Order: sequence, then structure tokens, then C-alpha cells
Amino acid sequence: MPISRRTFLKASVAGVGISALGFDLKPAYAAVRQLKIRNAREYKTVCPYCAVGCGTIAYVHGSGGLNTTNTIIHVEGDPDNPINGGTLCPKGASQMGLAISPRLRKSPMFREGGASEWREVDWDFAMDWLARKFKESRDATFTEQDSQGRTVNRTNGIAWVGSATVANEDAYLITKTMRAMGLTYIDHQARI
Amino acid sequence: MASLAATFGRGAMTNHWKDIKNADVVLVMGANPAENHPCGFKWALEARDENGAKLVTIDPRFTRTSAVADKHLQIRPGSDIAILGGLIRHILTNDLHHADYVRAHTNASFIISGDFGFEDGLFSGFEEAGSRYDKTSWSYQRAADGYVRRDPTLEDPQCVFQLLRRHYDRYTPAMVAQIAGCSEEKFLEMADIICSTGRADRVGTIMYAVGWTMHTVGSQIIRTGAILQLLLGNIGRPGGGINALRGHANVQGATDHAIVAGILPGYLKVPTPEQTTLAEHLEASTPQPLVPDTVNYWGNYPKFLVSQLKAWFGDSATAANEFGYHYLGKPDGDATWLSIWDEAYHGRLEGFITLGFNPLLAGPDIPRLLKSMSRLKWMTVIDPFMLDSAEFWKAPGMNPAEIDTEVLYLPTTHWIERDGSFTNSGRWAQWKEKAIDPPDGVRSDTWVLSELFWRVKELYQQDGGAYDEPIQNLTWAYLNPREPTLVELAKEINGYDHETGQLLSSFGQLQDDGGTSSGNWLYTGSYTEAGNMMARRGTADPTGLGMHHDWAFSWPANRRVLYNRASADAEGRPWDPSRAGIAWTGREWIGDVPDYGRTTPPDAAGAFIMTEEGVARLFSSQMADGPFSEHYEPVESPTGNALHESVPVNPVINWYDGVRETLAAEGDDFPHACTIYRVVEHEHFVTANVPLLVEAMPDFFIELPEGLAAEKGIENGGRARVWSKRGEVEGVAIVTKRIKPLTVNGQTVWTVGIPVHWGFAGGTGSTHASMANLLTPFIGDANTRCPEFKAFLVNVERA
Amino acid sequence: MPDTLAIKRISASPSALIPLESLRSGGPVYSKLVDISKCIGCKGCEVACKEWNDLKVEQTSNFGSMQSHKDLSSNTWLLMRFNEVEIGDDLSWMIKKDACLHCEEPGCLFACPAPGAIVQYQNGIVDFNQDQCIGCQNCVSGCPFDIPRFDKETKTVAKCNMCIDRVEVGLEPACVKTCPTNAIQWGIKDDMLALAEKKVETMKRRGYEHAALYNPGGVGGTHMMYVVPHGDRLEDYSLPAHPVASPAPLGGLNVLRRVGSYLLGFGVLSALAHFLAVGPMSPEEDS
Repeated sequence: MPISRRTFLKASVAGVGISALGFDLKPAYAAVRQLKIRNAREYKTVCPYCAVGCGTIAYVHGSGGLNTTNTIIHVEGDPDNPINGGTLCPKGASQMGLAISPRLRKSPMFREGGASEWREVDWDFAMDWLARKFKESRDATFTEQDSQGRTVNRTNGIAWVGSATVANEDAYLITKTMRAMGLTYIDHQARI
Repeated sequence: MASLAATFGRGAMTNHWKDIKNADVVLVMGANPAENHPCGFKWALEARDENGAKLVTIDPRFTRTSAVADKHLQIRPGSDIAILGGLIRHILTNDLHHADYVRAHTNASFIISGDFGFEDGLFSGFEEAGSRYDKTSWSYQRAADGYVRRDPTLEDPQCVFQLLRRHYDRYTPAMVAQIAGCSEEKFLEMADIICSTGRADRVGTIMYAVGWTMHTVGSQIIRTGAILQLLLGNIGRPGGGINALRGHANVQGATDHAIVAGILPGYLKVPTPEQTTLAEHLEASTPQPLVPDTVNYWGNYPKFLVSQLKAWFGDSATAANEFGYHYLGKPDGDATWLSIWDEAYHGRLEGFITLGFNPLLAGPDIPRLLKSMSRLKWMTVIDPFMLDSAEFWKAPGMNPAEIDTEVLYLPTTHWIERDGSFTNSGRWAQWKEKAIDPPDGVRSDTWVLSELFWRVKELYQQDGGAYDEPIQNLTWAYLNPREPTLVELAKEINGYDHETGQLLSSFGQLQDDGGTSSGNWLYTGSYTEAGNMMARRGTADPTGLGMHHDWAFSWPANRRVLYNRASADAEGRPWDPSRAGIAWTGREWIGDVPDYGRTTPPDAAGAFIMTEEGVARLFSSQMADGPFSEHYEPVESPTGNALHESVPVNPVINWYDGVRETLAAEGDDFPHACTIYRVVEHEHFVTANVPLLVEAMPDFFIELPEGLAAEKGIENGGRARVWSKRGEVEGVAIVTKRIKPLTVNGQTVWTVGIPVHWGFAGGTGSTHASMANLLTPFIGDANTRCPEFKAFLVNVERA
Repeated sequence: MPDTLAIKRISASPSALIPLESLRSGGPVYSKLVDISKCIGCKGCEVACKEWNDLKVEQTSNFGSMQSHKDLSSNTWLLMRFNEVEIGDDLSWMIKKDACLHCEEPGCLFACPAPGAIVQYQNGIVDFNQDQCIGCQNCVSGCPFDIPRFDKETKTVAKCNMCIDRVEVGLEPACVKTCPTNAIQWGIKDDMLALAEKKVETMKRRGYEHAALYNPGGVGGTHMMYVVPHGDRLEDYSLPAHPVASPAPLGGLNVLRRVGSYLLGFGVLSALAHFLAVGPMSPEEDS
């Protein structure tokens, strides 16, 4: 008969006979833990690191129901992706550690001029401050016409940098918005 | 990528990751894909083992890639053009080029002005005053019909082919060895392998990355590689190409969508002050054909730009207001990375916003960047993690009380909490699903951007201020205007036919009269009425070449290999039928999506549809520093220029004020070449937040050659200090056999290696504040102003 | 569906010497195949192993190497070892995935006095069960490859279990799945042997005249095999040339002595059982 973890106890009693010596055998095989991604929901995503573009599968616990917060429990390579065929380098293989890093921040922070520490602020304060600073600097440095009288409609007082880590759609929105604001100092990681 | 556009008409990886398996020779130079792109690198090993390909590395260090290569050649940092120039000479002196390809698909036959010349390190037209070239003499001779004169025999002494031969003739094996510090013999062994693919039945690829770009001659290094590949007939072919390996998940996409100084989405051009009308801008930006037989696809520039302005300004963009042309700012000269910092350094920049980026650690010359940041009025850092950049006022040596900069930090979502697409190095835009919700308190980048836009717009409505018409007229027709969905944005990028209201399926449909809109013409076809093409998951590979046309979307037009018309000969027959890119059946092209009209006969036009020549440019007047490349030393070099002592460094690089004083000078004791790089366990700085990766590679280290370590009394595992004129670092010494001493110009030169991943705020292990970019110089490439991170001078001692 | 966890041997039982027969024939017998010529030392496998198996992160520090840890531990079952060797003019960066080889004749299991603490499955995997482990560390000395590591906190020994939870449901081990360069492959052992033959040929074509398969007979062959470019330099990869599974004939007595310090009763009895079962019948060595 085939011996397996399910039949081992019986098998050992009948076939091996150690129990005849009076030992307690318990389930005396390696306790195989259950597959941790069992019943997890799968989401197909892409590794956040380099530009190979490895396909990944995020395994998520939680039914997705109204009263549930999803918990990511594991990420591994997407075997269907023709680029990586399910493989991942050490960074890719540990990306769940990035997704749930305890160092992820949850609140805006503000540092006054000269201060030696941050203070926590709320989003309304933060966005109000940013919009006012943005407008102030734009107004102060905006050039409609240059010294030769040519229409240039630019602001040299504000720079935007980043990012090679955001999705295409956000990248596009950044360009569209900042160019419309008159910024010309715009660059990202591709330069460096 | 300035150099690739100058050569081929587009700047991007020509092929794609899986295609590398089709190569017979894989040259890895200026890259270390085993370290930085392991999963893409598998295809190089597939070529090695399944194709019998030779895999070779040329690098200042014996790398993880070298560990599995067939051959490795160690060179001095900054000597790449000498090596590649030597390879070009090797090809031309031994007739190893793919003659039919060169004749059919390059400008080898084009005749150049008799005024063109090169002497003592300078091309003709050098203007000392402005440190620039007047390029008049770098031009083609024209025939009576106005088109360029050509000599199909390639014998005219002024034809590109003959000029090329003369220019690189100085790069003899002896000269190469003298500059790069390798032996002639080893160089020639390497040359025999690399130059073996100039035949129809063989094909070779180059994998390069920032090891090429991050030099004052970075663009010209790439140009030299491109010339090499053209001579060997390797561009446009499966298994060929010149492949830029990008370093961040969406560095390609963010470039395509132009978070970049000087360009608009789809590589359209940011207008300049001289272009005072739309018509002038279009005229200056739309190339005219130089030969009768060219597609000259950039001739469609007006359709792309007008459609983009329509996407941005909607009904406010009309012929009457030049489609909102003056809503765009016209920059005051260069606006790239170093210039941004220079503005800040001189106190002219007020505000600095950074998103998904740690600019301080990215360098160069962190001490200078710290001063620059301290002079900003305000700064905003948007990122899932608190960054060193946001806490620059806490950096070692900084006194917060003296720094008036106000700083706002905003925590935003990261990749797995959002959908949207990433475009990989190989131009595949892949849609990703959102896996989890962001935690309470965290907002998306889209939300932050929209909120900023709306609040600024509302402030202008309330209070008035500087020219706000473009802000008021910017299209924002999203269902939730405070947080557009990424699907809405993807559709806007793809574009619409305004008459039907339907999504477009091809950029061939774009119009220059306002009848269509498209945020980025390169992505037209990525989200059509048939659905989201970037989310496709078909795995079929009928060609067996790994093209996978049903997987995701590859710009342009789902083409997998750029310039694939060049994979076939003049009659449209594939050079190698077993690795056909496209083939002419007599009625149409089959195979990959043709980089050419599907039914355009092979002899109707040149293969390179993005150039006005219709062919690829061995000679290109688009570069700032020469139509051919030339070896110049890094601005900090352990030796003189063996080719021309009087012009040691690139003569047309831009020197920002006060930078010369930050470089090692005569008499300073900085004898060793130094280069910086990543390791596989980390991605720049963000992985300092991942415990398993910190465990796998915990500490800042310094890679030292055995002989140098012995000389300095530094033991393996002991501590070493390295300093440049700008700053110093200290860390664990890894004493290695993988870096050998080199003999350069008769002198012994040692190379020191430094990884980039450590900072002071998110830093880990015991070596905080050891940031590689404390050492690097504030100087950039003549074309792109990409900083020279890869070659500078240091000294070393036991710590 | 085959019974993926059919048992072959159980420590401290007669089956340690006379393997249990499986009633159903033809169940898959697996092996990993590590092609050292394709390994780039990226540590993808090392990290994936820890991530999948939820092994604790350890404090490491750079000791002058690209290697992360000096040695394996009860929380690090897989370690990439790096060695720079000069062969003539050429430099060879020898990088080896160090982890349990899953011997066909497992020395650890032979040496183990605790019934069921070590089990070998018909599929070739040798697994430790910490619940049954008595911490005697006999397996450590019984292993010819120096793989198992004692954990001072749990007082048990641990090593790679070939991701048996994955294998049970038909998935390859985590290290195999993740390997970026296909340097680690997985399949039926016979197929892996055929693949190894091909790989040896490829290496020879590439100039590695001593390329060889590492599947040592002294332990009955292994279920993680290597293809080694420099087969004449096994010591440079820290691979023993002639490993044998060697439970000392009186190993049980040793065990008695060591176990006594940990446990009375059950431990002593199980050790006695081990002695009774194994002691007199040390397996023949074929070295």
C-alpha cells in the first residue's frame, strides 16, 4: 500500500512494528504545512524595479467583500509572461516586503524653515500650502515675453522631477499639467 | 538616447528582451545585465547555450555578467570610444562589414561637404568662444535636383564610407591598448568575436546601459556602438540591434510621455523662443526629405503635435489660436537635470517638486546638491517612503537652524495599489492590476496632481495672477475630476476621432486640422475600441522568435523590432530566412508589424522611415560634438589623451560656474580611476526598506583590486576610506581578483568600484552616510548633459 | 492524482534501511538540476527561499564578500557562495548554490534517532519534522555535505525541505521557479539526467573540457544535482569529491549520550529504538 502522511500512522503500526516496543509514534512524518497561497486571490501585475518588465502575481487574502481589507501574502513571477516566464531576481522575489514595508508612511509631514524636526499635517493643509507656494513662485517668476519681446510664457522658478516609477498614465498627466502651468524645468531618472 | 535618434530617427531599445535569444554574438558593454536585469539576461544565456552564441563582456570590472561570459576584456573607465573605434577600424581594415547591408541601408554612399574635416581632436567648425561647433561643414553635398549626392560604389573620397574609414584609422590595436589599458592581443581576440557577424547568416546584438551614457562622451559612445552595428548589418534584425537596458520600471514610459526637459510626449519638441508661431515651430521640427526615396515619417510631425494640443486644450485649441501653441512655455536654454540644480545652486529656483524619486542621492556631487537644496524657498517630496531628499536638512554636516527651506512630504500609493501600465526597456507597455487598497491616509499620485491642479486653478480664479489661460483651458473631462482613473488617461493618450467620438486604432489616422486628438501618438493603438491592448495576455509565438504580438502593446503600432525593414535586403528577402524580421511576398510584408508600409514595395523607399535620408546615419550632423565619435578623456582622468594632447576632453561640454574648482587639478593626489554602479540585491535606494534585501546585501562596501589593497595595507573585510576632490566615503573593503591593474600610456592605473545604494535617512547597516555620489563630478555629456558618474578620480587609504 | 507524499524512509525505523515500497509504481521522482555555468549569483533563489518559507531575517554584515552570510543557518537554508579562482590566465568566479542535496541515501536520516523526525518521500525529498526532532544533532554529523543547522532557540535542526508544500500540489520549489537564468531546473530525475548530459556537452563545446555532472554515487545520487564547468576542481565549489552516507555502526550509542542531556524518557527510548533498528545494520558503503 502507498504510505502517505494520511496513512502513515496506520502503516507504521501495521508494517513497521515499532509500536510493538511501546513507543508513542504520533503522526511521525514531516508535518507538511499547507500551501500558503491556497485560496488566495490572484492579481496580475508588473515588478516595480528595473525595466525588464517581469510579470508578477500578487496573492491576496480577503474575500474582497465590503467588510474586508485585502492582505497581500505573497508575490511571485507570472509564468505566462513571455519576458520572465515566472522568474524573478532577488528584488522581484522579495517585493512583497516593499508592498508591506513598515516604513511606508501614512501622513503628510511639514518642516518649517529653520526647524529641526517634522510636524504631522493633514492633507487639506498640505495641498493648500502646496497650491499657494506653487502659485506664489509661478507668479513671481513667470515670463510672458522675453527680453527680445518673444512670447515665452514660462516659469523658471519651479522645477518638477520624477518619475520613472509611476505608471504611463500618471507620467502623461504630470507632463500635461506641468507644461500647461508653464514649467520648463522638468526631468526624471532617464537623465541620470 | 540622443545618439540613437541621431542615427536611426528614434531613441529607444531597437529590439526587446526575448529577442536577444536570437543572437549569434552578444556584446555586453557599459552594462551588467546579470546584476541589473537578471530576468532579461536569461535570453543572452539562452542564445549562448541554445544558439551557440558567444557572450562577451567589456567592462572596468569582471562582473556577474562576466562570470558566465565566454570572454571578458577589462578596460579603463572612460575608454569605451577607443575600444569601439578600434572595432570599427578592425572591420574596415579586414573587410568584415556586411557590404550589401551597408550599401542598402546606411548613408555610406552620401557625399559630404568638402569643407568637412577633423584635425588635432577637433572637427571642422569649432568655435572656441562658445565651446560649440558651427555645423555648416558637416553637411551633405546636394545635386542639381536639390537631393543629396550619392556614390553607390562607396569610392568617392568624400563619401561617408571613406570618411569613416579615414576617421577611425587612428584607432589601431596599439592605440586602443594604450588608451584602454588592455593588451593588443586580448583586444584582437575580442574583436574577432564581435566583428564576426557582418554576414547575412550571422547576427549580433549589443546590450548597453548607463555604463555608456554616464560620461561626458556618453552619447558618442552609443553612436560608436550604433555605427559598429550598422557596419555589421545588425540593426533591424531579430537577434541584432543596439539595446539600451533601462533601469527603472517605467523609465521608458516616463520618457515616452516626456517628463523630460526638451521634449513633449512622443518625442515631439518643446518649442523654443525663436519659434514665435506654430508655423515656425512646425517648419523647424518637420524634416524635409533629403533623397527622393524616403518615407520621412517625421514629415507627419504637424499631425502629432496638433493632435496633442487638442488632447490638452480641447475646444480651446483652434486654428485661430494656433491650437494653443503659446500655452506651452518656451525654455530659456537647457532645462535638464544639471541645469535645474545649477539654478538652485545660484538661488534662482524657488520651488522644487519631486515625485517617486530621491534626487539628492541620485547626485552628482552631493555636497553641491545639499547647498543647492538649502537655497530653495520650498520643496515638496511625494513618495511612499520618507526620503533622504526630504530630510536633506538632517544630512550629516547640515545645521537645520540655518536652512530656511520649507519642506512638505506627501505619502502616496505605490505600484501594487494602482493599476496602469509600465513600458519596459523593450517598449512593451504592460497593464497591471491593482492588487490591494492603499492604507488610510495615503493618496494616489493622480489625486495629488489633480488636487494641485484644481487648487491652483481655483486660486487663479479667485485672486488672478500671471497668465493663467492655459491652466483655465486645460482639458480635465474626467468623471471624477479630483482623481481621474488611469483608464480614462490611457484613452486620452491613445486619442479620439472627434467626428465619430471613437477611439483611434492607429496613428495613421491622426490629422493636423484639429479633427483628432491624441496625448501621445506613439501610444495610439494602445487603447482602442477593441479594448485595452496593453492588457492583452496572448502567449502565442508563431514566428518562434519571441515576438508575442498578442502580449501587451509595443510601440509603435505593436512593432516588436524597430527598423525591421532592414532585416531584409533591397528586394525584401530576409537576410537570414531562419530569423526573418519581415519578408516581402510580392504583395505585402509578413512577419513582424513592418516598419514600413504593409504593401509598400521594397524598392519604394529606404528602410529607415524615421530619417529624412531613408537610411541610417553612419555620419550624423545631429550631434553636438561631432558627426563621428572621438575618444576624449573623462574630465577627471589619470592620463592625457593619447590621440591629441591639446584636446584632452570633449571640447563642447558645458561647464557650470564654479565646477572646474571641484575637479582634481594638477598636483592633487587622486591617482585612481573610480566608477560607481548598482548591485543585484538593491534598486537604488528604495530597497533599503526591504528586510530580505538588506539581509542579502547589508553594508556599503568598496571594491578594491588585490594589488592596490596590499599596497595600502587594506585587508579583505577591513575598512577603507575613499575620497575625491568633492567628498569622501568609508566602508567595508571587498578585496578582489576581479579588477586588475592596467597599463595606460605606460603607467599603472588601478580602478576602484563603489556601489550607489546607501544613504543617510533610509540607510541601513552600519555605514550610514556613505553615499557614492559624495564623490562624483558635476559635469555632463555634451548632448544630453547626463552626468559623468562612471569615470572620475579618487584616492584610497585604510580606515 | 498521484500520491505526492508517499513515504519511502522514516528515521529511526527499519525503513531507514529497507525503504518502504510504494504500491503504486511510477510516481514522480524529482530532482533539481543546477547548471553552474548559468548561475550569476543573483541570490534570487536565496531570497525566494526565505520569502516562501517565511524564514526569519538575520542580521548580516559584509565580511569582504558578495556573499550575504558566512554560513547556512536554521533560518537560511540556501546560501550563495562566491569564490574567485584563477586558472591560468583566466579568472573564474565560482558561484555555488549551497543547500540540501536531498540524497537518495540520506546520511542525516540514517543517523537520526528520533522516529519520524526525518522522512524521505518516494519523490526523493528528504524532509525534517521539527515537531519530532529531539535536537541531538546527529543528522548534522551524519550529513556528508554539512547542511543541517541546529537552532538554539527551538533546539531543533532545520534545512531545505525542497518546498514540499509546493511540490505536494504540483508546483516547483521556490528557488527553481524564481531562478532568472534557468540555472536551476526541476523535473523528473531521469529527465534531469538527460538534460545534464546535454549541458555537459554544451560546456565541453564551450571549452570546459572537465565539465561534469555531480550526482555522487556514495550517497546513492542526489535530488539536487549540479552540472559543474570545472569538474576537476570540485573543492573550489566546496563540493566533496566522494561523499558517503555514513551512520557510524555505533552511532546510536553516541546518540544515547547526547540525547540524554536533552530528554529523558521518550528521547532515550527513541534513541534505543534507533539503536535497535539501525545500529547493527549500518548500510553498505560503495565508495
